This record gives sequence, structure tokens and C-alpha cells, in this order.
Amino acid sequence: MTEQQLFIKSIEYRIRLLRYIRQARAGHTGGSLSCVDILNVLYNCVLNVSPETAEDPRRDRYIQSKGHSVEALYVVLADRGFFSESDLETLCRFGSPYVGHPTRKVKGIEHNTGALGHGLAFSAGVALAGKIDGLGYRVFTLLGDGELAEGSNWESMMMAAHYGLDNLTAIVDRNQLQITGRTEEVCALESLAEKFTAFGWSVREVDGHDVAALRHVLCAVPFESGRPSVLIAHTIKGKGVSFMENDARWHHGVPSEEEYEGAIEELRSQMKEAAV
Amino acid sequence: MKSCLPLEMGKANLDVFSETLLGLARANRDVVVVTSDSRGSGKLVPFAKALPKQIIEVGIAEQNLVGVAAGLASAGKIVFAVSPGSFLTARSLEQIKNDVCYSDQPVKLVAISSGVSYGALGSTHHSLHDLAALRALFNCTIVVPADNFETAEAVKAAAEMAHPVFLRFGKRPMPHLHRPGTTFTVGKSLLVREGNDLAFLATGETVVQSVMATDLLAQEGISARVLSMHTIKPLDEEAVVQAAQECGAVITVEEHSCAGGLGEACAAVLMQAGVSVPFRIVGFPDEETVPGTQLEIMAHYGICPEGLAETARTLLNRKRL
Repeated sequence: MTEQQLFIKSIEYRIRLLRYIRQARAGHTGGSLSCVDILNVLYNCVLNVSPETAEDPRRDRYIQSKGHSVEALYVVLADRGFFSESDLETLCRFGSPYVGHPTRKVKGIEHNTGALGHGLAFSAGVALAGKIDGLGYRVFTLLGDGELAEGSNWESMMMAAHYGLDNLTAIVDRNQLQITGRTEEVCALESLAEKFTAFGWSVREVDGHDVAALRHVLCAVPFESGRPSVLIAHTIKGKGVSFMENDARWHHGVPSEEEYEGAIEELRSQMKEAAV
Repeated sequence: MKSCLPLEMGKANLDVFSETLLGLARANRDVVVVTSDSRGSGKLVPFAKALPKQIIEVGIAEQNLVGVAAGLASAGKIVFAVSPGSFLTARSLEQIKNDVCYSDQPVKLVAISSGVSYGALGSTHHSLHDLAALRALFNCTIVVPADNFETAEAVKAAAEMAHPVFLRFGKRPMPHLHRPGTTFTVGKSLLVREGNDLAFLATGETVVQSVMATDLLAQEGISARVLSMHTIKPLDEEAVVQAAQECGAVITVEEHSCAGGLGEACAAVLMQAGVSVPFRIVGFPDEETVPGTQLEIMAHYGICPEGLAETARTLLNRKRL
């Protein structure tokens, strides 16, 4: 896939996830928009997994620790053929498996997440099993930056480094915002890279909306043999829709009809520009 | 006659757990144990020496312990996550709820030194809440073995289970309660003493206390039944109702808070079955637990042969009214 195709695909994903959030009248809009480029690159360029290999013990695994941004994951998985996109018409409806956080009832989803600070420990367990069994699979997990205040993450960081889990890659969606406001004002995370380094991880940083850079760096894992990798992806919460960007109110804000139309129009014009 | 069974002392259930697990792990290298600096108290040092590649140490980090165990299980490992009951079920409760039960990962959660096994170490180390907390989670089988036989059978059964299971052990040596040839089935209580004047429905290390109480009562011509309610969930409802109907009085006994444990589970079964008999829950009251050894603490709250016999006499007086 060319860089232009990847770029356009991200815009398509943004349009779709906004559509389903609008339809369901529920969803985590800002965080889904901030992480969708990462998911795009993972599922279209990096992960060795497909609907046909969804149960293969040797498949690569993706665990979305920041489970609230599930709408981004749903549209990417649907696009990759794990289920029909029409299933998403039932998002958040009574009895639908497409609830507001990932569950294993949905094909392609590896683990039930939603409560924060759980994905890294689970991912470390999967990575450890891969090492024990000599299977070559890799494990990727997406962490929210606000989520890193959960102490359980730091237990898992220590342990992953202790066991040299270089088949484990954490990606931090560093959009700087959590529901209350800026992470640095709520409970400061910085210096985040230094903290990961001190915990024994190999750290890289990237513009989390630059699909080419994301592909380049994510295809280069592990960053260092014998150490877990972490990619701090600098992102913008609400990316792609000007009035949603960098505004914590869109953490789980649902657009009105008028706002939705405006957002879609803006994204379509981005797509036209990209196609030129 | 089960009522004549002598009490021959066995090992600590934890020792039997460790030995049984070692046997399972030797036969299947997918069996792994995860510990949180707890291999010593879990009697797992011999396991670690024999099969060092099948024990995973995560340090004093119980949340990580359970999350890692779930990840290992998802990749096909048969995982026993071992930690003191007090920490495993309080600090890691959200991991148990989400990563194990909700996600349906067949982790075997093993609570060691449960109840008041840590005795004088104080309430931080007591787990008197765990049965209540885990009963309220869906998709969690809860097994509290009473003796060495039940322990070995429960560990083997847990290894085969495709869904989450919680095993709860104390650390005192336990007498043998069952004859050779007894069949153990998760979810089916075991008759330890026959009797029809009243029934003790007990679990874990309180079963033997109930058995010794029946010996005291027998000297007074009182015939008491004892059931080992080793499986707290799913509860053997049929046995509970049958015991109440046949004996006419029921005492539940547990090394756990009276809130939300075996006793309240049995009470709910009887109420909903429309069976009303004199009934008493013997466990820990809603107060700071008194310090002491395990046996001293249990005796303080009436979980001892004399205390249970006295509770039985009181209940029988109500039955006769």
C-alpha cells in the first residue's frame, strides 16, 4: 500500500467511525480519531493476522489497552474483513456484541478491555508464552497516555523488561489529553521516554499521524534485541476534525447532526486534497 | 459407616496442591505456575527446583500476576496463579473480574494461606472477603477443599477446566476425611458424617471442626450430619435442601465473613425453595478480627468443636419449640 493510499484510508476510517458514533449516539470520539492512524498502519502494514489466521497460534496479536477507543478498532477490523461492516449498525444497541469497549465476542479482538491499566500485563503474558513456546509471533498493545497513571502498567513494564520480552511492543497514544484535561495538569507523565528507558524499555518517538513514519518505525521492532519496545506516538485528540482537535470535551462527545455534517465535509475535503 | 471414620492426620492441603501440580506439570509442559514472590508460602520451592522453566516469577505485583496469567492462558498455557488469598482477591480483584472471568480465560487462581491462616499477622493478611467478592463475579467456579483428597482432586479438576476457577487453601495439616474410593465432583458436596438431627454445611478447614463437634454431640445422643461444601459456586443446592428437609436444622460453617459467603448462599437456596428450618451462619462477624493463631481466632468466633456443639444445642432447642 502506498503512503497516499494509507493516508486516504485513515480519512475513510475517520469518516466511518464518526458515522457509527453519530448513529449510536455514543462513543469515544477524540481518542478514536487520535489512534486511528496507528491502527491503520498496524493492520494494513505490520500485523501478521487476518480473518483466516485469527485463531492461528503463530499469529501476531494486537491488544487495545485503551479500550474506550473501540470505534477505531471496529472500523479497521471490518475493513480487514474480520466481520461485515454492516454489523456496526448495531453498535451499542441492546444485545449487540459491538459494545463500547472491545470484547472477544467480536472476531479479531484478542482480549476484553475497557478498565484501564490491564492490557500491558495481558500482553506481557501472551509475549511470554510466545517466548516459552518458541513461536515467532509479536504482541502489540496500545496504551492511552492518561491510562499510564494506573500503577499496574509499571508492574508490567518492570516484568516485561526483566524477561527481555522483545516480542512485545507498546504504543502510547500520546494525545496529551484525558477526560479532565491535559495529562500534565491532571498528573504529570513527563518525562515519559526517560521513564520507559529507566524501566528497561527501548524507546522511539514518532508523529502518530504520519503513516509513513509509523510504518517505518513499527516495521523495525524490536528496536533493540532483548528489550521490550515502546513507541511514543505524538497525536492530536480529535485529529482530522478541526473543532474536535485538542479539546477534552470530545473525549466522549457525540456530534450533533450539524456537527457531524460539518466533520464529514471537512474530512471529505481532506480526502479530495489527498487524492490530487 | 461414615460416622465411625477415625481422623488420621494428613499433610497441609498446600503441600498436596504443590505435589499434585508438580505431577501435572511433569506430564504436560504447558502447565505453568505464576507466583508473586510467593513460592515459599505456596510450597512451590520443590516445583521450582524440579521444573524451573515452568514457574514464572513476577515479583510482588499481584495485579500483574493475574494479568500475565490471563495472557499466558490465552496463548494455550494451563496457568496456576498463586498468591496469598488476601492480596490475590483484593488487590487484583479487577484483573480477576475483567482479564479472567469476563474474558473467560481459564486461569486457575490459587489463594494460599487463606482465611485467617496467617493468624497473628493481622487483618491485612486475612482473607475473609474473598468468597463474597468472587461469588458476585460471573464465570468463576469457587472450590475450597477440606482435606488432602479433596485438594488433589480439585487441583486435577481445575487443570482440566476450560473456564476460570478459584481454589482456596489454608496451611495447617488436615486430617483425612474421606474413605478411599470416594468420588470428587466439582459442584457436588461430599458427605463426611451421617446424621439426621441437624446438619453442618461446612467448607474448607472448618469441615474438620464440624466433624469433631459431631463427636461431642454424639456423646449426648445427637446425630449430626456433616457435608463438605467444597464447591461454593456452583453450590450443591440439592444437597442443601435435602439436608434441611431431612435434618430439620442447619448450621453453616466457614472461615470467612458471615456476609456473602457459604452461609448466605445456603440461606438464599433454602428461602427460595420454601424450606424454613432453624438456621445459623457461623463465620466472622462484621468487626475487626481478634488477633491470635488461626485456631484461637476461629475458636473465638465459635468455629471449634465446643463452639459448634453449643450452637447446635441452641439450634436444636429452637427446633423442638
